[in-house]
Parts: sequence; C-alpha cells; structure tokens
Amino acid sequence: MADYFAKGIHIEGLRKRYGEGDTAVDALKDVNMIVAPGEVVGLVGPSGSGKSTLLKCLGAVIEPTAGRMTLGDQLIYDNSWQIKDLRALRRDKIGFVFQAPYLIPFLDVTDNVALLPMLAGHANAYSRQCALALLQALDVAHRAKAMPSQLSGGEQQRVSIARALVNRPPVILADEPTAPLDSERALAVIRILNQMARQYQTAIIVVTHDEKIIPIFKRIYHIRDGKTHEEAGEGRAFE
Amino acid sequence: MISLAGRDIMHAWGKFVFTGVGLGLLIGVTLTMAGVYRGMVDDAKALLDNSGADLWVVQKDTLGPYAESSSLYDDTYRSLLSISGVARAANITYLTMQVQEGGRDVRAMVVGVVSGSPVQPGQPSYLISGRQITRGHYEAVADIASGFKLGQSIQIRRNHYTVVGLTRRMVSSGGDPMVFIPLKDAQEAQFLKDNDAIVQQRRRTAENPAFNRPNVPGLLDQVIASQSTNAFVNAVLVQIKPGFSAEEVAEPIRHWKRLQVYTRTQMQSILVGKLIATSAKQIAMFLVILAVVSAAIVAFIIYTLTMGKIREIAVLKLIGTKNRTIAGMIMQQALGLGVIGFVVGKVSATFWAPIFPKYVLLEPGDAIRGFFAVMLICVLASLLAIRAALKVDPAEAIGG
Repeated sequence: MADYFAKGIHIEGLRKRYGEGDTAVDALKDVNMIVAPGEVVGLVGPSGSGKSTLLKCLGAVIEPTAGRMTLGDQLIYDNSWQIKDLRALRRDKIGFVFQAPYLIPFLDVTDNVALLPMLAGHANAYSRQCALALLQALDVAHRAKAMPSQLSGGEQQRVSIARALVNRPPVILADEPTAPLDSERALAVIRILNQMARQYQTAIIVVTHDEKIIPIFKRIYHIRDGKTHEEAGEGRAFE
Repeated sequence: MISLAGRDIMHAWGKFVFTGVGLGLLIGVTLTMAGVYRGMVDDAKALLDNSGADLWVVQKDTLGPYAESSSLYDDTYRSLLSISGVARAANITYLTMQVQEGGRDVRAMVVGVVSGSPVQPGQPSYLISGRQITRGHYEAVADIASGFKLGQSIQIRRNHYTVVGLTRRMVSSGGDPMVFIPLKDAQEAQFLKDNDAIVQQRRRTAENPAFNRPNVPGLLDQVIASQSTNAFVNAVLVQIKPGFSAEEVAEPIRHWKRLQVYTRTQMQSILVGKLIATSAKQIAMFLVILAVVSAAIVAFIIYTLTMGKIREIAVLKLIGTKNRTIAGMIMQQALGLGVIGFVVGKVSATFWAPIFPKYVLLEPGDAIRGFFAVMLICVLASLLAIRAALKVDPAEAIGG
C-alpha cells in the first residue's frame, strides 16, 4: 500500500505559516492528502481557505513550515526541502495547468509543448515528436503549427494540458483549469485530465470552486481554515 | 534547444525592426560624429602632406603658421638654402577669407606659393585638371570643394584671378578649401589697406618731421614706398636632402637662425593636439552623451518588452526554465536590437556622410569599435531587465 501511494501524491501534516509573532497567519494548519497514480481528485474551498498556498507548496514554489510531502517515488519535503534543485523537480516531476493557459505567445503550439523536454535536455526532434504525440491524443494536432493567439480557449487549454503531460510527470497540479470555460468545455477538460491520468498513471489535483464540475470528481478534498477534509464525490463524468 | 529570443523577435519583428531603426539612426549619428573627428584629423594630415614640406620654419616662439600667426622676412629662405641638408626652401602665406565669384562668396584658405616650379614646397602636389600657376600674378589653382571651375574669374580683395587648375583634398585644418595664388599677390592681399587708410598713413608720415626733412630729398618717398609693400611671409617650407634626418637639419636652423622649426611629427601634434583639440573634446562629449542616450533607449525598450512578458517569464520559471536561459533570452534580444541598430546606423552614416559640408571619414576600425561598443551598451542595458526578470516569482503563475 505504501508503494502504491508513494508513486502518487502523499501529504502528511503539512503546515504553512506566513509572517511571525502577532502578525503570523497559519494558511495551512494540518493538510493530509493522498492521490493515487491515475487518479483525479478535486480540491475545493472558499477564497482564502489555503487552496493556492497548498498548490504552491506542492509545486515547490514556496516552502512549507512543517510536514512531509512525497511526489511520485520521491520524498521532497520532510520539515525541510529534501531536494536541492527545485527547478528541476518542477520541470521533471510536476505538470502545471493554470486558470488561463499561459502559453508562450511567441512559440507555436508544438514548441509550446516541446519546450519542456527541450529544457530537460532532450533533442529538439525528439521533443517535438513527444509533443505531437500528445497533441494528437488531445485532438489538437491539426493546430500544431498555429500560434496560441490563433486558438480557441478550449484548444489553448488542451495545449496547456499537453504541456503539463509532456515530461510524463507523476503529478499534475491544475489551478482552476475550467474557470474561463462554459459547462460543456469545462466538462471536456476534466474528462481529458481523467483520461490522461489513467493513460499515463499521473496523479492529478484539480483546484476548483466551480460548482458545475465539483460533482464529477470521485474524491474531493475540502479545505477550510487551512485543514483538509476528504469526501467521496459523485464521480458522474468519469463513468 | 530553440532560441527563445529569436522566436520572440520573429513574433514581434515589426516592433523590433522599428525600434532598431530608431536606435540605428542614433547610432548613425554617433558614427558620423566619430567620422567628423576623423575627418578633422585627416584634413590636418592632408594639410601637412600636401604642403610637401619636411620642416616648417616660423617666427621664433610661435606655433605658426597654422595654430598661431607667424611672420618672417621673405628673404629668410635664402639663408636657409645655405644650411646643410636643405634641398629646397620656399616662402608661403596662409590667409583665410571669403573669395568672391560672380554673385557668391566661398570661405577658403588662400595660400600664397612661389609660382613657376611645381617641385617647390607649398605648391599643390597634384591637379585633377588644368595646370599649375606659371605666371607671377593673377592666376589661381582651387580645390574642387570650393565649387570654382576652370577659366572662372575669382576676386580676392581688389584683384581678379583666373582659375587655371583644380586640385582635390587640399583643405585647411578647419576643412575650408584652399585657393593657391602667386606669393606676391598673397602678400599684398594679406596686408592690403583700403585707400582711405593709405591716404591717412601718408598724411601722418608726411607730418612726421623725422621722415619729412627739408634737407633730405627723397626720404619721405622712400618711407612711404616701404610702408606700401609687404616683405613678410608666414613660414618657409623646407624640403631636406636624402640622407639627412629632419632633426639633423632643424637643429642648426634653430641655433644659428634663431627661428622656430617644426618637423612633420611636431606639426601634426600641434594641429591635432592644439588646433582641433577643443573640437575633438566637443565631439568626445557628444559621443559620450549619445552612448548614454543609446544605452538608456535600449535599456528602456528591453525593460518594457520584458515587463510585458512577466506572466510568461513566471510560467517559464515555474516549469523549470533556468535563470540563465531567461537572462540569455533577454540579453540576446538586446544584442539583436543592437545588431539591427548598428546595421541601420552604419548604412545611414555611409549614405549621409558625403552630403556633410566638411569631410566625414568613416573608418572601418571605428565601425568595428562602434559595433563592440554597441554590443557592450546592449549587454549593460539589458542588465536592468534581466534583474527584473530574475526577481519574478514563479508563484505569480499560480493564482490566489
């Protein structure tokens, strides 16, 4: 069981405090999460509940105050960072999908996706090959040479999912990826994420407060006052 | 790895090209300013080269004849010819003035030379058309930059001269074209008084009892005659015999004739170090200001472009792009802008240099130095934007 979870996301007693003394704020008090490889879980909570802070801690962007985090088969935090090169960790082990796609405007679709393997040191041809395979899987290969500004919102979001997946990270963190989309497209994005999670055995956390997509998760973590509470979801869309 | 900077430039090429053209015009002005300085130095060297002299003999304790006024008796050259090592010696006068032609006048340096023999120092060393001055009076050879044509009649003071020859690159250190006329005419022009002044001088002389003695007939006429002629020249140009060094010949002239003698090297240092020194400093100040302005423009443009990409930079950092890759992207863009600017600047300067009234010499060495200076300025100017980009928090890409 430990091995199984060790390849997804495993968070124990994670805490994050901003400031010190009287002005200190505990954004995360006691966060515990487990996401298995191939699983998509929702992380929901009101504004200011600590969703983004948790995502930043998981994304190795800010340092937690205490706790333990394992991503894939690597213990990355145990009351201090266990890894020196956090930049390489983010590049190789974590995929990011943002609220807006944030594609690089001066790179075409293929190179937006291929950039990550290139940054990891892979050859351009190999990187583009990986990118095209993913774009095909996400049904945007026909726009491979287009610039981001020429894509629709849904296409841009699928390209950003391809970018998150291209280095085959064990973990994807999606920060409100459906916020700018209508119900139909939002559902499509979550289905794609679910499909990709299964296909590539990736653990995916989707941060959202989008009421229309909350019912589609099988498991949901509610975060309130810096603490997580697990709930079973309806999992409708994944059936 | 793809070139992020190259892709960004290609994506927004219009912005880069227009900015580069603007910067290029500024660089063109900078290169031209350097060219103006080089032109001044080259004019000074041309002045010395074209005189054909190895030594300049001038009035004692002066920096004449170009940097200060100098006056020598016009028979000084005879005694110089007797000095060992002197091959030729010829009088010369220089006078900067307005030369009239038809309804226009041209600022020129009128040079009085010993006419007759083209081998005499001071004569224009080559002609592009016409012939040298062969008569003792009223002939002129003009630099083509004066705009005078062969056969034209030009007026210097009261006298009219026929242009019998044209030459090229015979200019003063100030860039004024030279007009060569016979020495006697030049001496007259240099000291010629107007009629009223001559009458006044004659009256004053006649009323002086020392010059108008009743018992000495002819004295007054002699004194007046001596006042009406000019027996002075500005310098004597000396050519030395083969086998003698310039200093070897100069030293006896200084010692025995008690005159100031300058060698070619000394005269060049006077011209460059004193005559055009202030102009050179002025140009140097312009160059510094233009370099600072160029750097400020590049810094502002690159900073603005970088600030417009803050979100993308945050995403790049979040997905694991190294700082040096981001810094490299910004620096390459600055260098790209510099390259565009330099090419535009060099082409612009090459096109507009010939239409400047004074000689603008664009040296390849200056262009190479200018290129590296532009690159250095671009690198320094990009540091501000790089600093801002490296301070971007990758967390900015994540909402909340």
